[in-house]
Amino acid sequence: MASVLGWASAALVLVGAFFFLAGTVGLLRFPDVYNRLHALTKADNVGLGFVVLGLILQAGSLLSAFKILLIWLLVLASGATAAHLVATAALRGGIKPWKHR
Amino acid sequence: MLSLFFDAVLALALPLLAWRVLTTRDLYRAVILFIAFGLLVALSWARLDAPDIALAEAAIGAGLTGALFLNTVGGLVGRKRSPSRESDESREVAERREAIQSSPGEPVDEVMRPWWVRLALTVPILALGLALGWAVVSFPEPAIDLAQQASDNLEASGVDHGVTAVLLNFRSYDTLLEIGVLLLAVVAVWSLDLGRVRGGQAALSKGLPVLHGLVRLLTPIMIIVGGYLLWAGAKQPGGAFQAGAVLGALGVLLVLSGLVRPPLSDGSGLRIGLAVGFAVFLGIGTAVMLATGELLNYPPASTYGLIIIIELFLTVSIALTLAALFVTAPPRKEQGSKEHSEEKGEES
Repeated sequence: MASVLGWASAALVLVGAFFFLAGTVGLLRFPDVYNRLHALTKADNVGLGFVVLGLILQAGSLLSAFKILLIWLLVLASGATAAHLVATAALRGGIKPWKHR
Repeated sequence: MLSLFFDAVLALALPLLAWRVLTTRDLYRAVILFIAFGLLVALSWARLDAPDIALAEAAIGAGLTGALFLNTVGGLVGRKRSPSRESDESREVAERREAIQSSPGEPVDEVMRPWWVRLALTVPILALGLALGWAVVSFPEPAIDLAQQASDNLEASGVDHGVTAVLLNFRSYDTLLEIGVLLLAVVAVWSLDLGRVRGGQAALSKGLPVLHGLVRLLTPIMIIVGGYLLWAGAKQPGGAFQAGAVLGALGVLLVLSGLVRPPLSDGSGLRIGLAVGFAVFLGIGTAVMLATGELLNYPPASTYGLIIIIELFLTVSIALTLAALFVTAPPRKEQGSKEHSEEKGEES
């Protein structure tokens, strides 16, 4: 049982790490600020979500599982707000969304 | 094995980031790198089993200092050097500006450093670095094991957490002076009269319901976390500095989102709040001389209570100090209307 849990949490953390990698590649390669924000928030929300799920399996107690979950919820709220702020500032600053030609 | 790899990456990333922070010409980018550097430093402290310092570094070193730097860079946007100085080196400087800047108007580090200056700086810095490294590696065994002494006397300190015992009992004189320095920092910033340099704030303060929603959501959480950190400091990592940093960050958020206006008209509440930590610390420190005859030597029976009282007031002052440093402008005296609202979020 313990090893099943261990493998499951390792797999979940790896999936999360993949989202972080993809988000970073997107941040570096995407053409404009809005696209990059999109990539970045995927890493923050989904990537961290999978890492958190993986860690909750290892938490041991309900209290620490809840704490880890709370961290994810806080990051969700602040990440979404930060992305919104950056996008709003960019739009107000006159940066036009990129269009494929 | 894996943790060794992690530590190695950390140890490589830290000097690399530090180098980039110092050499980046675009000041905004330098600040972002500095924040990343602070987070990695916090992570390193956590790896070294020093959660108290990790907490303080994450909250103050990366978070609040980063906010202060961003504020400063925001205040520098669009500013230029005085034209009289530019005339001598105008073309060269203009060319360099072109090369450095990503977009016009952003503040950049314009100081020219020819190669021989860099070389002349590199040699002594390398020598100093090597000497320091050698000194650390070849430390002799200390004659007195201070860490052992501290943990041996933990029971007498009144609290169950070693770091708090050192900060507020064994070495409380140092902490007292540190609080004095924080107070002096606010006085110094206020006396610079930066009332008009308030970068970024005006742009952010209006029409952002999402930000307001987040701040409303975070305010009670941050107050609880601050209170918890203060209370937990007696027996586990935490304490006045970490609690003050969290509440100070809350103050910054409230001011930045425009939900709370900084007290610009009548700041007597703010002034008292800023000074009360140092005043209470000094007051208790001298009052105990009546009982024990020594400055800051608490009578054994009431140690815990005194430390908690001091920490409570320290938290208020530290939080207000950090928020006031961010707001930068001193309260104005000449106008009559009252705005005491800033303290509400932080004194609870």
